[in-house]
Amino acid sequence: MARAKDWLVAALVLLLGRRTRTVRAGAPRLVPKRETDDRAERVALLLLGLSSVCAVAFIVVYALDRLPAQTQLLGLALGLSLLALAAALIVTGKRLVPEEELADDYPPEEHPAEQDDVEQLVDEGVDGISRRRLLKLGLVGAGGALGLAVITPALSFGPFFRVRELVVTPWRSGRRLVDEAGRPLRAAELEEKTLYTAFPEGADDEQQGSPLVLVRLPRQELDLPPELAGYDAEGIVAYSKICTHAGCAVSLYRTPLFPPTEPHPALVCPCHYSTFDPARGGRVVFGPAGRPLPMLPLEIDGKGYLRAKGNFDGPVGPSWWGVRNRKAGS
Amino acid sequence: MIRGAVRFLDQRTGTAPFLRKTLRYLFPDHWSFLLGEVALYAFIVLVATGIYLTFFFVDSTHQVVYHGPYLPLRGQRMSEAYRSVLDLSVSVKAGLLIRQTHHWAANVFLAAIILHLFRIFFTGAYRKPRDLTYYIGVTMLALALLEGFMGYSLVDDLMSGMGLFIAYAVGLSIPFVGANVMAGLFGGPFPGTESFWPRLYMAHVLLFPVLIGTLLTVHLILVALRHHTQFRRRQAETERTVVGVPLWPGQTPRSLGLMIGVAGVLFLLGGLVQINPIWLWGPFHTYVSTNGAQPDWYLGWLIGALRLVPGWDLEIGGYTVVPNPFWGGVAFPLLVIGFLYLWPWIERRLTGDHGFHNILDRPRDAARRTAIGVAVVTLVLIVLVAGSSDRATVLFGISYDSQVWLYRVLVFVGPVVAGLVAYRVCVELQRGEAVEHERHRAEGEARRAALRPQRTGRPS
Repeated sequence: MARAKDWLVAALVLLLGRRTRTVRAGAPRLVPKRETDDRAERVALLLLGLSSVCAVAFIVVYALDRLPAQTQLLGLALGLSLLALAAALIVTGKRLVPEEELADDYPPEEHPAEQDDVEQLVDEGVDGISRRRLLKLGLVGAGGALGLAVITPALSFGPFFRVRELVVTPWRSGRRLVDEAGRPLRAAELEEKTLYTAFPEGADDEQQGSPLVLVRLPRQELDLPPELAGYDAEGIVAYSKICTHAGCAVSLYRTPLFPPTEPHPALVCPCHYSTFDPARGGRVVFGPAGRPLPMLPLEIDGKGYLRAKGNFDGPVGPSWWGVRNRKAGS
Repeated sequence: MIRGAVRFLDQRTGTAPFLRKTLRYLFPDHWSFLLGEVALYAFIVLVATGIYLTFFFVDSTHQVVYHGPYLPLRGQRMSEAYRSVLDLSVSVKAGLLIRQTHHWAANVFLAAIILHLFRIFFTGAYRKPRDLTYYIGVTMLALALLEGFMGYSLVDDLMSGMGLFIAYAVGLSIPFVGANVMAGLFGGPFPGTESFWPRLYMAHVLLFPVLIGTLLTVHLILVALRHHTQFRRRQAETERTVVGVPLWPGQTPRSLGLMIGVAGVLFLLGGLVQINPIWLWGPFHTYVSTNGAQPDWYLGWLIGALRLVPGWDLEIGGYTVVPNPFWGGVAFPLLVIGFLYLWPWIERRLTGDHGFHNILDRPRDAARRTAIGVAVVTLVLIVLVAGSSDRATVLFGISYDSQVWLYRVLVFVGPVVAGLVAYRVCVELQRGEAVEHERHRAEGEARRAALRPQRTGRPS
């Protein structure tokens, strides 16, 4: 009991006891004195206490296992702890320290004498050298060569010059079309007004040249350009799924629910809304794409499975300076 | 104790005179001078939370199957990178808080930088002797945009993969070198080889933060060497005399309070406001994409630009020399950033003013600068809003195509109109002030005139 009283007295002394002090007695003050603001001191103290409580709450919430909304509680505790501390500091800045507004000179705009000195110093350090121009040239040469040498290992990043890989696709004549699970696709299971994704059997799905979008259109609606005649298989058309604009997967299929407003079915890329016409060889009908979607010729084998009849009619993926419009990749 | 510490330091570094001066370094007081500070503090939070995240992140695109506690993705194929962020978000205690705070801090960092840029631009603070400070600031803005993009690309969720593919396509579109540079960086055509992810990671956690941190240091040293600019509110504030609050004791608690306050707000956001819930997007695969994908706000102007450009490729002899993404993804941002770099020079040419300036203009004082600035901001803002037109289609049912056509017209009309309006407003404000000034002068004169006969006429 006596111990508790001692503690209480000590706490009260800490809370209520005050002292002001001066470092150099007698010397003129450098900072003007501010009237003690009792209320503001108490507010700051309270805020610091709140900050401590919230910080402890953060530790407690962390220690408790698998609370619901633990992230929210942690953020709340830490955020409030920091904000209370910030508020205490702002109160200190606004109410407890002297308010001063002082004037000072901006630094001089320039130092002409020192500028001259610097120039002279640099010059006089090397003015005994007779072939200065030649030496300077040599220095630039050595610096340049060394610079080149130092950045040469960056070429190991490579392959900088094997850009032909950009147009390679795994599609070959006779290769079967499979779905994401690797199951071969039968022509008969493809319905109209639905978008299917297909891959070359046994190839890497992640390769740009692999994924296809497949749609079945009524044959009378097909209006393929002459060079793509026969690319469809009973109205099923296949295009590269990689948008020729910026590479996103063309995964939206706009089918005309309201013929007056949306007359044609269209394949749409959700990134920048390049819109392609599947009935007309993947022609761009809207949006930023500059090339049609590359089309893959299809056939149906004896068992009803879909197979490629060759490679795409043009390079797959976003354009680059070496891409020719409508030219087959290898 | 203080005495001991100062003596220790001074005897070893001789910096007591410097310390004494530094403590009385003056900060002119205006709320807008704090925007740059907010950016600095957001950067500190970014570094602190980012370091924590590196201890959990795995920089590998090696494909694994997920067996963790988040049921909807169990059994799915994903990269180790995505799995590590998923684990960080659902399994590591406080991991989600730190990750979301990091993401929020990035958004606030960019917002603060851009608002700070507006303040610098519209008050003419970039003029000599602070043009170097300004160029470094613009460079940091460009680096911060890339740094933020790389940050959310690293996660390898569906959104980040789509964004990265777009960035790859934009790089690819650079005439004559694009394909080589991208093949070099990615190690082959997108999605590239497994060597790419460590490169992206090192760029995000080492190269760019160090670059930004270094430039930030130089930026601050330059500010301190030349002292802050100030508005002219009183006679005391002149081109030669800076008026403000000293670092100690006035400014220190305020700045510390602001720093800790920024951190507090960011942790509140990180805890309470969900951002980038990557478990909902799922892992990225080349052949997957989703509708309604949007980048972080500060890249909205780039997706907008990519969407607005009509389907033009520059073809020569059948070759696509300049593919389409170049216009929106390279030319447009270069134009905007280039304008920022060139503007101080352009203004010097226009006005012939090569002088030193410590006193800031109010926006109205430089009507031409304000008009041009407003026009450029309007242009970028329209393009940014255009980037969200697909959302407007979903939310309000407005046809996407007609929105795009509207924006295609607006990007030309909007800036001109906004610039002219801004100019007009500035001129009117100037005129209003001149009238007010004249009235004050006339009133003063009248008062003096009214007093004069009394004073002189009074019999003495």
